Amino acid sequence: MAILELHSVSKHFGGLKALDDVSLQVEAGETFGLIGPNGSGKTTLFNCVSRCFPLTSGRILLNGRDITRLPTHRVCRLGIGRTFQVVRPLKRMTVLDNVIASALLRARTVAEARTIAEETLEFCGLSAHAGQLARSLPIASRKRLEIARALATQPSVLLLDETAAGLNFTELAEAIDLVRRIRRSGTAILIVEHIMKVIMTLCDRIHVIHHGQTIAEGTPAEVARHRRVVEAYLGASWEAPPESKRHLTS
Amino acid sequence: MNVLQRILPPRLRPIALFAILSLLPAAVRSPYFLHLMILVLLWVAIGAGWNILAGYAGQVSFGAAAFFGAGAYASGLLAVKAGMSPWWGLAVGPAVAVLLAFPFGALTFPLRGAYFALATLALGEIMRHVATIWESLTEGMVGILILRTFASESPYYYMALALAAASVGCVEWIVRSRLGFYLVSIREDQDAAASIGIPTTRYKMIALSLHALLTGMAGALYMCYMGYIDPKVAFSLHDISIMAILVTIVGGVGTAYGPVLGAFVMVFLQEAFRTGGFGALDAVNKALEWRVLDWAIPYIKQAHVLAFGVLVVIVILAMPNGLLGGWARHKGRKRQAAVCSE
Amino acid sequence: MDVFLQTLVAGVLKGGLYALIGAGMTLIMGVMRIINLAHGQMMMVAMYITYVCFHYWGLDPYLALFISMPALFLLGVGIQKYTLNPLLKAESLLPENQVLMTVGIGMVLTEVIRFIFTSNYLSVKTGYSDAAFFLGRISFSVALTIAFGIACAITAFLFWLLVKTDLGRSIRAVAQDEEAAALMGIHVERIRSTAMGLGAALAAAAGTLLLPVYYLYPDIGGPFTRRAFIITVLGGLGSTVGAIGGGLVLGLAEAFGATYIGMASEEMVGLIIFLAVLLFLPEGLKRLTRV
Repeated sequence: MAILELHSVSKHFGGLKALDDVSLQVEAGETFGLIGPNGSGKTTLFNCVSRCFPLTSGRILLNGRDITRLPTHRVCRLGIGRTFQVVRPLKRMTVLDNVIASALLRARTVAEARTIAEETLEFCGLSAHAGQLARSLPIASRKRLEIARALATQPSVLLLDETAAGLNFTELAEAIDLVRRIRRSGTAILIVEHIMKVIMTLCDRIHVIHHGQTIAEGTPAEVARHRRVVEAYLGASWEAPPESKRHLTS
Repeated sequence: MNVLQRILPPRLRPIALFAILSLLPAAVRSPYFLHLMILVLLWVAIGAGWNILAGYAGQVSFGAAAFFGAGAYASGLLAVKAGMSPWWGLAVGPAVAVLLAFPFGALTFPLRGAYFALATLALGEIMRHVATIWESLTEGMVGILILRTFASESPYYYMALALAAASVGCVEWIVRSRLGFYLVSIREDQDAAASIGIPTTRYKMIALSLHALLTGMAGALYMCYMGYIDPKVAFSLHDISIMAILVTIVGGVGTAYGPVLGAFVMVFLQEAFRTGGFGALDAVNKALEWRVLDWAIPYIKQAHVLAFGVLVVIVILAMPNGLLGGWARHKGRKRQAAVCSE
Repeated sequence: MDVFLQTLVAGVLKGGLYALIGAGMTLIMGVMRIINLAHGQMMMVAMYITYVCFHYWGLDPYLALFISMPALFLLGVGIQKYTLNPLLKAESLLPENQVLMTVGIGMVLTEVIRFIFTSNYLSVKTGYSDAAFFLGRISFSVALTIAFGIACAITAFLFWLLVKTDLGRSIRAVAQDEEAAALMGIHVERIRSTAMGLGAALAAAAGTLLLPVYYLYPDIGGPFTRRAFIITVLGGLGSTVGAIGGGLVLGLAEAFGATYIGMASEEMVGLIIFLAVLLFLPEGLKRLTRV
């Protein structure tokens, strides 16, 4: 069953068509990758789903319910959690308080939220930093705090926006492991990523957009072989020799 | 472990402060001193209200005067025009202020940062003009004069104390509750707050209403106590709106007891300038007969507004986060200190 | 019809001076991203300087421009350097501290002037203060017409400065992106001080030009600060062309408000326009003209 459905979603900024008639469906429990070259409209799509700005046309359904016109906080309550590409921790609150603030969405009391928050921090490997101010965290931990904050709202779909960007090798492995564990808990994940290693190892299906339009969708292996995907990443004249796959996966 | 901590654990300090303040009228008979204390307590309430909106929710208001004046005028007009007891104002005043806050918030909350601050400033100024021009209702610049119910200061003192204690208690409660977490989240990042499911507009409205409520109530009590207001007094940009900000900034933005400390400091500092150090300068002059002082004292007393302005500048430059320093929920440093002392 | 035309002329003449105030405020707004709530008070200081020049040295107000403008430039630079720039470095909970600081500075300026000159009303009565000439049946105040002309010239000079000179380019660069400007080798703090100085000098020009037709007292700054921020918001925060439009609109609105509603509502009209613009046209006139 599709948990998140986008039907012909378009978003225009003035004359610029950032998203043009994009449709996709995320199934329950699956990890769904969204890739595309820089400026292809991935983050725009995220912002449309989490309702940070209104669509030009199209419909978005969550669990069969139309969320196209709901405000951001309502969408979150219905089960969409998101991270931001440029991390936005609540800087002058402690790490624990950051997560308590989001756990309060489902908790009835602050004490209950605190319990949820502590569990979430544990799950994300941030317990050691719980008492620190969020702004004092290094970037890798900030990214994990973003995930922890989104998780604490107990979403049915988690949107991850370039969570792996800027991480070093070890941190990347940890991030992949964290996403795997989230997936095992049954949460559907919609992930935008530039680092192919992350996408290729984590995703069940991948959707490719270019200039705001869908150009391919399929399993990682299918997409990597897709002619238009290779063109979009490497240029139109590329003949797609065997090396192209190495480029994509490196 | 220091001695203060053992004798008076932090938990009991507010109760001790409240106890001392409740016994004050019995101990001190000077009406002048009580008068100053009443002003201090009113400023505690106004500062606490401003703190909720600006210190916690991050929405800076330059418009405390709009709500203060609304409360004061509601109380005064009930007495003068409707012939009712001005004490009804304590209920009606805050209600009017909140009713003013609702449409204002609904219209201005889409505005961010400095825009919102300017809109509040404009609201205060518009209210002042309306109160000046609408003479058939407000008597214009003539102002409103009512008779005080009690001759003595102490009943007013206890009412102001109750209001101040209630406002500080309100802030204390907010800090620990869902509301506190949500307001601080909104202050730190409004979009991120919305993305974790916080209805930002609704919570900003709650903060604005509390600001209006506490300020309006202080305004109504001020009317009952002072017995006279005019548009310049009740809707003053400097003496109300800016003072509300200063009280909080001096004490500590985003701290429950910041406005308490700030109100003491500001009211007594202002009064000290106005009276030349509570007459100390005159006394010194009498004792020493310095010519310089003869010449300077009238100027010093005259310059209390100047001193106020200089104070604004110094306070912001020297301690942008106030005497109680820290940020709300700045627990990191405390914990560090605890680790060090072990 | 005559009343209408007369009001129109009065509004435009006043609007020209308001445009000058607004342009100065906009310059500061663009570079500092704050509203300078001491703007009117700076103008008031310039008016007192002009008064002193006229009263003690017999200097014509128009010549006094050459004293009041440089003096206010220095005052603006000093204020920026010693009170506002340090704030940008200090970490505080609320960015609005800077706005509050300008309020404090405004109070200090007003009270220092009150200290020196007392609260008495002063005026500068020149030979042309009350003079007027007529086109048809419409009267033009000589002083205001000259002031309008000079205001236009100064505004033109400002545009030339912003568009054609290196200093202007630097100011515009800092207004657009401080960090990028700093990376390009622009001394951002110095540009901020210069912009503040220029803004203050423009306010000084407006004050000096208004003096022959205005009374002078220390509290005159407040109403003009309010006008300045109304104009700036009306013009769409940071747009110089918008500020000039905003100045004219406010001048006209005040003139028509005073003629058709009543003198008492003159300031109210401005404030109501301000709220309306904030709510319905958040980018101000900039959105209409797209400049």
